[in-house]
Amino acid sequence: MLTLSDIAIVGSYETQLGVVPDRGPMALGVEATLGAIADAGLKPAAVDGLITCNSLVAPVMYHAEATAEYAGMAPGHCLSVGTGGGTTFTALRYAAAAIQTGLAHTVVVSMADSMRSFMTRERAMVVQSSSGHALYEQPYGPTVPAYYALIARAHMDAFGTTESQFAEAMVSSRAWAALNPSAQYRERVSVADVLASKPIADPLKLLDCSIVSDGGAAVVLTSLDRARDLPHAPVVLRGYGEGHHYEHISQAPSLIASAAADSGRAALAQAGLHARDIGLAQLYDCFSPALLIQLEDLGFCAKGEGGDYLASGAIRPGGALAVNTHGGMLSHCHPGNPGAMFGVTEAIRQYRGGAGERQLHDLEHTLLHAQGGIMSSHATLILGRPR
Amino acid sequence: MSGVDVVNQAYADGLAAGQLLLQRCADCGRHQFYPRIACSHCTGSKLNWVRAAGGGQIASFTVVRRGVSADFTAPYVVALVDLDEGVRMMTHIVDADPAQLEIGMPVSLDFQQVAVSSGSQPVFRLAAP
Repeated sequence: MLTLSDIAIVGSYETQLGVVPDRGPMALGVEATLGAIADAGLKPAAVDGLITCNSLVAPVMYHAEATAEYAGMAPGHCLSVGTGGGTTFTALRYAAAAIQTGLAHTVVVSMADSMRSFMTRERAMVVQSSSGHALYEQPYGPTVPAYYALIARAHMDAFGTTESQFAEAMVSSRAWAALNPSAQYRERVSVADVLASKPIADPLKLLDCSIVSDGGAAVVLTSLDRARDLPHAPVVLRGYGEGHHYEHISQAPSLIASAAADSGRAALAQAGLHARDIGLAQLYDCFSPALLIQLEDLGFCAKGEGGDYLASGAIRPGGALAVNTHGGMLSHCHPGNPGAMFGVTEAIRQYRGGAGERQLHDLEHTLLHAQGGIMSSHATLILGRPR
Repeated sequence: MSGVDVVNQAYADGLAAGQLLLQRCADCGRHQFYPRIACSHCTGSKLNWVRAAGGGQIASFTVVRRGVSADFTAPYVVALVDLDEGVRMMTHIVDADPAQLEIGMPVSLDFQQVAVSSGSQPVFRLAAP
């Protein structure tokens, strides 16, 4: 059987993103699917596996199958995953497993949604907050920012973390996004701008929160042997881990330490690496406290020191650790469930040397992390160049 | 509530009678919330309903400035409260100046309507000093 590091990403594609009113979720998903296959130098008939995530805006019962039908494809294997977040990298891992075991040879993972243009702001609030327990949380009217605010407050209480330190998440994000022409928001902001932005759920303000977007992205995975015949230099999967401590925030064993520690430890161990070996970290920055806690739990700084680490400018361009060079979900694109996919497509762009002003040099190891629920469900993926 | 099973119905019946009901496992003696068909500590199935004594402390809180829907009138304080029985629940802190709230503050149980279209829910207020 092939090992994980025998599996390569050979195709990558992002649709137009940000505000895309002329294409709905299915059209964006098909564009991403076909775009990634063409980028890999393949024909759709060469793809024998398709994994998609369902749309929140326009869910369909057989999403991958419907995507294949629309695209004129008939892959031997179709799988629709119900959610995004951590599931994004779980889908990549299962795609790799299918190739490792011989179930499929070439698998596309494609995700798209249109939260910005195809859903009202009011409806989006209700849909997103429905991750709360229907009987024991939702009756209290929590919003998604409120869930993360509970985490932020607990971190402030435990470690003295400040609102100014959380604000640095957006400051760094915009500093990177300013270098990315495809980012939805590119205006630089200061800590003072973040602190002065509209209060949403104390201590979180508007600029502690990710954006709402339209967009899609897809990647093509195949074996490294097949990848050698394709146009792009392959990027291989080096390690993977998951961690799941709870689903609902009221059931969390800890508000200040997450299962990202488990998933990160497992992924780095499989790759034979340490956090200090990572040249690019593509993290799940849905809200500033989520980013801060991931930096701690993944080992980039000590537990409790995330605030100081952020405030030091460590993740700004030129800082100690390149994080979300595309601008992340705080600035680049966050269409709903597919948000973490852009961390993958940006990493591929960095490996190929196509990241323009934000190009990293001598990039070897990338850590991608995504989480679902409210810091609930975690997946970490390590990418690298073939040995 | 639609599609309410027997466990959730028992909780709802308690609520209608003005009581916050928890489950206590006859095997391991521990409490749990939310209600389940098995003990989340030991998988035991002999679960007895007990009335929460009403004391607890704030585990975390947030002031929601923008309500989730027209059903909720912002601002309101969403909190996680650790009950003295050892379980945690989501709730509201009512009748408190949010600027005075701190994690760890003792609170006591009350019942109040928190959404325009729903009935009374367990809420908490700062315990009398």
